[in-house]
Amino acid sequence: MNTYSRTNLSLLGGWWLSLDRWNIAALIALAAVGAVLGMAASPPVAEHLGKDTFYFAQRHIIFLPIALAGLLAVSALKPQGVRILALAVFAGALGFMALTLVTGAEIKGATRWVSIAGFSLQPSEFVKPSFAVLSAWLFARWRLGDNFTGYALAIGLYVLVVLLLLAQPDVGMTILVSIIWGTQFFLAGLPMLLVIAIGVLFLAGGVFAYFQFAHVQARIDMFLDPSGEEAYQVARSLEAFRGGGIFGVGPGEGHVKEVLPDAHADFIFAVAGEEFGLLMTLMVVALFAFIVLRGFIRVFRDQDLFTQLAVAGLLVQFGLQAIINMASTLNLMPTKGMTLPFISYGGSSMFALALGMGMVLALTRDSRVPGRPR
Amino acid sequence: MRIDHFNHPHNPAPEPAPRAGSDDRAPMSPELAGPVQLQGVQAQALNTSRNRLIVTGALLALAFTVIAGRLVELALSQDARPKFAARISETPKPPKVRANIADRNGILLATSLPTAALYANPNHVLDARLAAKRLHKVLPELDEAALAKKLSGKSTFVWLHRNLTPDRQFKVNALGVPGLYFQGMERRVYPHGALAAHVLGVTDIDGNGLSGVEKQFDGQLTGGDSAFGLSLDIRVQAMFRDALLRQQNRFSAIGAVGVLMDVSNGEVVALVSLPDFDPNNPVSAAGDAGFNRATKGVYEMGSTFKLFTAAMALDSGVSKITSRFDATKPIRIHGFTISDYHAEKRWLTVTEILVHSSNIGAAKMAMKVGTARQKNYLRSFGLTRAAGIELPEVGTPLTPDRWRDINTMTIAYGHGIAVSPLQLTAAVAALVNGGYRVRPTIIKGAAPQSGDRVLKAGTSEKMRRLMRMVVTQGTGRKADAEGFLLGGKTGTADKPGRRGYSGRRVISSFVAVFPFDAPRYAILALFDEPKGLKETFGYATGGWVAAPVVKAVVQRLSPLLGLRPRAKAVAVSGAGRGKKRRAAN
Repeated sequence: MNTYSRTNLSLLGGWWLSLDRWNIAALIALAAVGAVLGMAASPPVAEHLGKDTFYFAQRHIIFLPIALAGLLAVSALKPQGVRILALAVFAGALGFMALTLVTGAEIKGATRWVSIAGFSLQPSEFVKPSFAVLSAWLFARWRLGDNFTGYALAIGLYVLVVLLLLAQPDVGMTILVSIIWGTQFFLAGLPMLLVIAIGVLFLAGGVFAYFQFAHVQARIDMFLDPSGEEAYQVARSLEAFRGGGIFGVGPGEGHVKEVLPDAHADFIFAVAGEEFGLLMTLMVVALFAFIVLRGFIRVFRDQDLFTQLAVAGLLVQFGLQAIINMASTLNLMPTKGMTLPFISYGGSSMFALALGMGMVLALTRDSRVPGRPR
Repeated sequence: MRIDHFNHPHNPAPEPAPRAGSDDRAPMSPELAGPVQLQGVQAQALNTSRNRLIVTGALLALAFTVIAGRLVELALSQDARPKFAARISETPKPPKVRANIADRNGILLATSLPTAALYANPNHVLDARLAAKRLHKVLPELDEAALAKKLSGKSTFVWLHRNLTPDRQFKVNALGVPGLYFQGMERRVYPHGALAAHVLGVTDIDGNGLSGVEKQFDGQLTGGDSAFGLSLDIRVQAMFRDALLRQQNRFSAIGAVGVLMDVSNGEVVALVSLPDFDPNNPVSAAGDAGFNRATKGVYEMGSTFKLFTAAMALDSGVSKITSRFDATKPIRIHGFTISDYHAEKRWLTVTEILVHSSNIGAAKMAMKVGTARQKNYLRSFGLTRAAGIELPEVGTPLTPDRWRDINTMTIAYGHGIAVSPLQLTAAVAALVNGGYRVRPTIIKGAAPQSGDRVLKAGTSEKMRRLMRMVVTQGTGRKADAEGFLLGGKTGTADKPGRRGYSGRRVISSFVAVFPFDAPRYAILALFDEPKGLKETFGYATGGWVAAPVVKAVVQRLSPLLGLRPRAKAVAVSGAGRGKKRRAAN
């Protein structure tokens, strides 16, 4: 039985009123910043790759409204719908990830992409939000339910996801998923002793990755002892921030985008710093902080453990991705190929983030507003 | 009961939403019919979750704060390092300055001009074909297709041009093609071209000395600021080279050597080795052209060695200038025959042995001196060890492994020992300068000579007169430049071939000092494999080939050296009676 219909204007109005509209405004602002920066940063990259000057900028601007529409559509779901959607997406993404291992094209030393109807899709991006929701549900069931094996299931699911990610290999995504999952476990009331144990385990995993994967090792070595190509990129990135100063050198006037191969994706924040200056970069940081912390405050008041865990997981994913990207370009940590949410170019990443933030909006809708689906 | 949580998500707490720390009233909710125990679990779980949410949120807030702080720090930092954009357009200074080389009068022989090398980072080049087209317009010598290929490559560095003048650099820069960069360079320039090529040597493209003075004094030249002064006089060098080159061509010789040396201090005023090369184009130094015959080549010198034989015979006292030696018939020893070209078939005085260049007489003289003394004298003249000149290209003399009588005899007339033309000149200088050892040098005002005496002063004086007589009466008559009082000795040596000595391939030379009564300079002209001409009656001897060159050179360069021709030549009377009439100057 469908109790909620888009034809019902009062219900639609109710949905809109129940949404966290400040959050939506912040997300749209981020997307706008991303569109502007994409225009500035991507042409040299596109030309270098032998594509049209505005190849990436065009695609980015086409993807954006689709992603925003998807985000709003997802925000209309009830928690039940969110869980079902998460389950479906998770199952699909996991299936495709298994497929990439067999048929995936290798790009930059890893097989992460599948081609669907002409689009290259990175299924692992969709694992992040859907896995966050599913594990939130399992943790909540374990915490509140009696005799339910959510705890064991959550661990089993986590192991499965991590194994698939490492097989690609995608160490960055593995770390991110691990932190989200760990945070949720932590919030769900993991005993302090185990918190420490898992912390140690993560540390050991990191050390293992350092010795097991050459590129991980290279990046960390580079961070500890800067020299070589990647250090070159970080050095150029830092110069861009310095060169931009407070007001920036002006749109399109920057040079760092001509030098960095990933200026439209991993290093877009440096382009922002050079061309638009401190004012723009601080605004971007403020927008991310606003979205994440506002989400935390909203969910803090919520009475439902599942909602708390799911929203916290999704926001940690969103915020951490931004933090890692910005910290990398600022040389605060080893470079990790991670997109800046809603700003970097990248279709899979954008749609997956839209899905995640749509779920956040759906779960943080205000119950006091009439029309909240019950 | 809680199982249906999945199906019926609900808000277990009544409104208004509780604030932090007020969770424990949740069990009071009327709509929850579940056991109190479960209410407790829910409350406890939410309590834990909220506390830990604060921790998580605080950590994230902290991370954002750190990032914001870092952004402020970077944006406000006054970095001393130039910005990347600024570095692109900056023209770096030349990495090092190589000192000039000048001749003894301060004339520039080698200098370094700043140039720019052009390179590209193909990754920064936006449109390789357009860039190639525009570059080709400014630098037509670069092939457009090859440029396009280089500029579209995958590497991050590719040289395009190693030497751009400032004007051309400006033009390339004005193209505004991104991805092109300049590196400050130096180009070594030799204004006199091939004139002193073998002395100066060459440098590689990075300014490292490869040969000659450039290599020998690489360390001093690198980063030096004052000019490096050589003992060469480039005017003398030019005249000498010119005369040698003409004679070399005339007699179809494969090479020629000219040395002019100050007999008092060993300074080399001219040093020519032909064929030579243009050091501005170091590639031309490959092969025979790059071989310094004057210092690196060692040759059996032939009759010029009779001077040393006579000197040691006179100096050691085994013979006087009037002593006679039997040259009636060839010497046969160990299956060899030593005979004379211009056989007199009589007993000859020391003077006559030199004037007529008698091999037999020289051999007999040497036997009288003895092997041990001959070795000692040759060593003191500096003929048995490599010359000590400041050049990397120095040849080591070839001396007999076992010095037997036959060796002593052949060495007496310049066979069985091979020395470099420079060594020979320095040794002759020692014969005539009063008897002091001469260490050749290419540096003006080099370290003082050791002053070691190798001959008695009287012997030196006798040698000067003997040499003068060779020019006035003997084989060196073609060198008698009137008024300049030359004394010298011819030499014509068969070159050793694959199967012994061949009569046709010879080293013809003439070594001289002037003016003979108060010697200032020693001069040597040497030709490698000259071919006889009709007008020389088929002769290609030192007297026919080398002596005229020495005459011409001395006549032309004496004014430059501050020597005036004297009104009348000084006649030297017959063999050593000390009766010499000197014309009043």
